[in-house]
Amino acid sequence: MKTRTFLGFVAPSLVLMTVFIALPLLLVAVGSLYSTNPVYETIEEQSCTPGFTGQTCTTEQRSRAKLDAAGQPIVETRYVGAAAYTGLLQPAEVARAFSDAGRGISDLLSLDFYAALRFTLTFALITLPLVIGLGLAVALAVNTVLKSIRGPLIFATLLPFIITPVIGALSIRWLFIGDGILTAALRALFHTRIAMFAQGWTIELLMLSYRVWHTTPFAFVVFYAGLQTLDRDTIESAIVDGASRLERLRAVIIPHLMPLIVFVALIHLMDSYRVFEEVIGFSSQAYRISLQFLTFNFLTPDQTGNRAITRASASAMLTLAGIVVLLVPLILRTWRSQRRRA
Amino acid sequence: MSDARALRPPLWLNLAVAGFLAIWVTAALFPLLWTAVMSFRLPIDALSSDPLTVLLGPATAAAGKGLTRADLGLATGLIAGLLLLPTRLGRTGAAVAALLGLGSWLACGLLDIGTAPALGLTLQHYRAVWIDHAFYRNFENSLIITAGVVTVSLTVGTLAGYGLARTAGRLGFAILTLALVFRALPHSVLVTGYLPVFLGSRDLLAPLWQAPGLGPFLHLFSAAPPTLYGQPLAIIIVLVSINQPFTIWMMRSFFDNIPTELDEAARVDGCSHFEAFWRVIMPVMWPGVVTTGLFSFLLAYNDYLVTSLLLDAQSQTMVPAITQFLNRDTSSTDQIEAIAAAVSITAPLFLLVMVFQRQIVSGLTAGAVKG
Repeated sequence: MKTRTFLGFVAPSLVLMTVFIALPLLLVAVGSLYSTNPVYETIEEQSCTPGFTGQTCTTEQRSRAKLDAAGQPIVETRYVGAAAYTGLLQPAEVARAFSDAGRGISDLLSLDFYAALRFTLTFALITLPLVIGLGLAVALAVNTVLKSIRGPLIFATLLPFIITPVIGALSIRWLFIGDGILTAALRALFHTRIAMFAQGWTIELLMLSYRVWHTTPFAFVVFYAGLQTLDRDTIESAIVDGASRLERLRAVIIPHLMPLIVFVALIHLMDSYRVFEEVIGFSSQAYRISLQFLTFNFLTPDQTGNRAITRASASAMLTLAGIVVLLVPLILRTWRSQRRRA
Repeated sequence: MSDARALRPPLWLNLAVAGFLAIWVTAALFPLLWTAVMSFRLPIDALSSDPLTVLLGPATAAAGKGLTRADLGLATGLIAGLLLLPTRLGRTGAAVAALLGLGSWLACGLLDIGTAPALGLTLQHYRAVWIDHAFYRNFENSLIITAGVVTVSLTVGTLAGYGLARTAGRLGFAILTLALVFRALPHSVLVTGYLPVFLGSRDLLAPLWQAPGLGPFLHLFSAAPPTLYGQPLAIIIVLVSINQPFTIWMMRSFFDNIPTELDEAARVDGCSHFEAFWRVIMPVMWPGVVTTGLFSFLLAYNDYLVTSLLLDAQSQTMVPAITQFLNRDTSSTDQIEAIAAAVSITAPLFLLVMVFQRQIVSGLTAGAVKG
């Protein structure tokens, strides 16, 4: 295919990706350095109240938004440099936390950004092995049962993956909230009352389990498809060589699935770094927030209807930096293996 | 034969596998089924800590809302009939079962036995959600957005995927790598870029509307530049773009499976590249299109972040709209209404998996098995 024809085919897609992905990135990078605020002016106001001997007058200074001729507030955009980043990263507070007066890590994690970063990273790294392990176990199990019941099994397994993430999180939350069915079961089991939504770590546990529940089907489907391409002869020769089941799993099946495990790990890291819906579904913002939620929260209008666009941009850029550190090595690896094949 | 016996797992392993699968399937289905059951009960039953109360709904039944024994008999007959249909007993068995159910229902009605509700069941929360709180508007918005996203996404993505599958050039490779990087971007980063522009688009676009030549042309569509915030059309384009990296990777892997000889034959017959695509490739690419369409549908339908930030209350889709029920979560009725709304959102997805299970599986593996 000539380059011209090729460009004709990919042009619409390229235009969309440039305008709606590349350009916004640029806007965010620039936007994080500028702040747009209404211009305030200070006015002196004298108010007088009639009194017994005469008027009592008080003068007070008040600041109000300056209005233009049309009655709209005047806004001005100023270059603020790294102020938004400093506001998020709070280097002074960090230094204090690790000085003699501070309490180290626990002080650090009371700062929003570091709390979000901590949660996002542990979330991604803890769920990763669980999803791969459980997905592999379900795939191996389904692969051994009769063909006729595999269809319904796959159907049931797919549901947690297909369901809207916010709704899935909610449906698990409703099992626990108040005197929910599973809270009652836990109480019967441990003979103590456990309120799952009263402290951070139980909520975090629910969020982790929800994500494992939600993503395992994906790992399962990929591994199950991989098992179908397993060479029967290799397995049989392993049996002839006297390999036990466990040895077969370790020496034949896992190496065969290795590229798929890397693939699932890559996709899972990408997706769980973007953890967000769990915070909404479990209403965990008082205890646990993620990096995406931090940005989302800045973008949501506050009581006065203002959105903290500059701070949102700065937190978005920091989120992006995390992606670069975490995923670029993995993406480069994929890229190299693709090029070797091409 | 000895090989086959060696491959067959021992009994203990079979039992362990069966037990493990039973636990997994229960864990996979339980939260969904349980919330579905809760949505049909009055709050006093639904929020009870006794599982049997939630399942049977005695208070709901006592309130006169539910299925009578006669109804249950009829339902059993009909379900048994449906289950018998694919078996050897076939139509005759199905008809007998259904008739037995119907007969018992009629007899109960005539003799006035078992006409008090036995199994609590109420649709009042669904009525409240859909009619009183006008959830159908959110449903319409979801429908518009998802239909738009699927159509545009497939049109653009299919062309690009075809182009990429039929070129081995450096440029195509660069595009695919870039798409992979874009795929990893958190959506909040992109929305941060859109939001100020969308909110201020009326002022930002004003020069275009006053420009000589272009201005009068744009005036044909609207008198003033649009505010993109809250515009379903704008959100459709945004979601399509966010989805593009995934779509082109997927379509490319499907086109890779269609032999090049097919379009070469068409080219020999004198077709241009586009004609070859239109006349020869289009008819054979539907499985790939259906699968990719499914995933575009899921992205648009399930989205919370983008739609909740870029749409206003009038144009809000179903998933973000559910938070209005949550934030009002003060009385127990509100809570069950939120559950009913959640079940309403899930039901179409349930059907989707039933109909398209095979395509979903093939779509999930398309990228993976071939790398």
